[in-house]
Amino acid sequence: MTFHISRRTLLAGSTATAATLALPRGARAEGPLKVAYVYVGPIGDHGYSYSHDQGRKAVEVKFADRVKVTYVENVAEGPDSERVIRQLATAGNDLVFATSFGFMNPTIRVAKQFPKVKFEHATGYQKASNVAIYNARFYEGRAVIGTIAGLMSKTGVAGYVASFPIPEVVMGINAFTLAARKVRPDMKVKVIWLNTWYDPGKEADAAKALMDGGADVLVQHVDSPATMQVAESRGAYAFGQASDMARFAPKAHLTALVNDWAPYYLERVKQALDGSWQSGDVWWGLKEGMVKLAPYNPALPENVRAAADKVKADITSGALHPFTGPIKDQKGSLRLADGQRIGDADLLKMDWFVEGVQS
Amino acid sequence: MIDTFVLVIATVVAAATPLLLAATGELVVERAGVLNLGVEGMMLIGAVTGFAVTIASGHASLGIPAAALAGAATALVFAVLTLTLMANQVATGLALTIFGIGLSALMGASYVGTPVAPLPKLHLPGLSDLAVVGPLLFGHDALVYLSVALTIAVAWFLKHSHAGLVLRAVGESAESAHSIGHPVIAVRYLACLFGGAMAGLGGAFLSLSYTPMWMEGMTAGRGWIALALVVFGAWRPWRVLAGAYLFGGVTILELHVQGANGIGLPPQVFSMAPYLATVAVLTVISAGKWRGRLNAPASLGKPFRPSV
Repeated sequence: MTFHISRRTLLAGSTATAATLALPRGARAEGPLKVAYVYVGPIGDHGYSYSHDQGRKAVEVKFADRVKVTYVENVAEGPDSERVIRQLATAGNDLVFATSFGFMNPTIRVAKQFPKVKFEHATGYQKASNVAIYNARFYEGRAVIGTIAGLMSKTGVAGYVASFPIPEVVMGINAFTLAARKVRPDMKVKVIWLNTWYDPGKEADAAKALMDGGADVLVQHVDSPATMQVAESRGAYAFGQASDMARFAPKAHLTALVNDWAPYYLERVKQALDGSWQSGDVWWGLKEGMVKLAPYNPALPENVRAAADKVKADITSGALHPFTGPIKDQKGSLRLADGQRIGDADLLKMDWFVEGVQS
Repeated sequence: MIDTFVLVIATVVAAATPLLLAATGELVVERAGVLNLGVEGMMLIGAVTGFAVTIASGHASLGIPAAALAGAATALVFAVLTLTLMANQVATGLALTIFGIGLSALMGASYVGTPVAPLPKLHLPGLSDLAVVGPLLFGHDALVYLSVALTIAVAWFLKHSHAGLVLRAVGESAESAHSIGHPVIAVRYLACLFGGAMAGLGGAFLSLSYTPMWMEGMTAGRGWIALALVVFGAWRPWRVLAGAYLFGGVTILELHVQGANGIGLPPQVFSMAPYLATVAVLTVISAGKWRGRLNAPASLGKPFRPSV
């Protein structure tokens, strides 16, 4: 009798073996849990990748010997990231955090090939049984800084240094603009797209161009503190991104939108350790502490602090949703009726700008 | 309006200066017949060294020469590998860039997040206070003037000095230059060191003036644009100068078009423009009666081993 092993029977066989050998939930193999992080920028960017790396460090401190944590930085979005993620899965990592939007499709593809590895993808929208997604409601924080910007601007023009026109960024611009116009109805927000997350020189150039166009408050959705420095040297106000950037611009820096991924990472690693990890879809904000605001600039006037604190408290309590109607789009037509709120699904595919945005 | 114009021009100058420094250095390297693709790496090492020395000593006047030295030292590695040990120039140059990215990140790890005072703008009593012309011509920092001065010096050196003639001869035909007694390898070493120093200065401009801070990979591809500029400028210093300001101008213009809103062209068109212009210039100068003006050094990238 001869055995004929085709690729298909081999695969079927190995799946069956894998199924019978599969350990009951909760009983992990010996040795530390191997956790890997993939970053789009350098951990030294003092912005987005830095904030994720702070979360990674928290995991290392908390779980010490029970985990073995690695990271890969400066991973380009697209095909290169697929190679890196596959490499990490092949190297025996149990839990892989892919921390940038552009890692989405690569993560999903690799996850199909490694059903036993747990994947977590930040800021995307594709889930699988072994791919959980997590995101922060940055727009909640942007509503707070929008309020401050509206009250602090003299020219009535804010400049927005933006990266890519993806829903994540678009909803941030909109939340900022809506909040600013609530306290200053004629506020305009000029947007410049850089098509990169990280290029300090270009970020600085864009900030200068926005100021030349009349902006006296700058906001950014890119990763370096270059915008801060331009604001400082030219006497404008600015808001830090991802981490507290006050040291780069002591006068200009009013506050910063701070990401704190540590609570989420700690919880997920704990679940992976005790076997209760499941795919999921988390979108945390001010309430859960995933989005925070850096300490206000000491020079920020009392009434502005009070207004900002009020917005923050109302969003935290749920009394205020940054996207509450009436909302008009750029062309002035009504998108959302009075009192209505935009649902999460619509927010996550937002591709239009509210009134007051110039892009 | 005039004020805005002056501010915009200042931004263009800042965008053009690191390109000009690095490209002028690379031009000299290539005119000596060596192709060093490691400009990006050398710029980064210059950027981090300039920054570190400025922080440590408190003087940018020490940081800037240190950046040039660090760039030259990096280029020396390249020169030893390609000129003495005859390694492939393209591969070694690419390796130098990757090496420079990694080494600069390592060297700069403890400086991330440290602010530094930007280079002071030169203030010439009387001249700098003139309306419009003052801030336009006399309101920049020392490296901006240095970049233009060095370009003029390089142009003069290549065209009017004996040493410049020797350097060009080495780049055109290393064998001929060698046969009449010129030290080909020594000339190429010096050219490489100069190119490294200039790239280092370009990096220092980024970390001390353009965006006064150290960030990993902060050159963000400017070394590659500098390489393209040398070709764009057909290996002539003046055209490289014009090219650097054109590239700088177009990048800034793109941002202003976006900020201004209402101009029908999508900003991506402006992002493409400098590269389209490079292709167009290459096509024009490579074709027909312009052909002779392409001017690429005949021995560019060819290793030379003295026969005796």
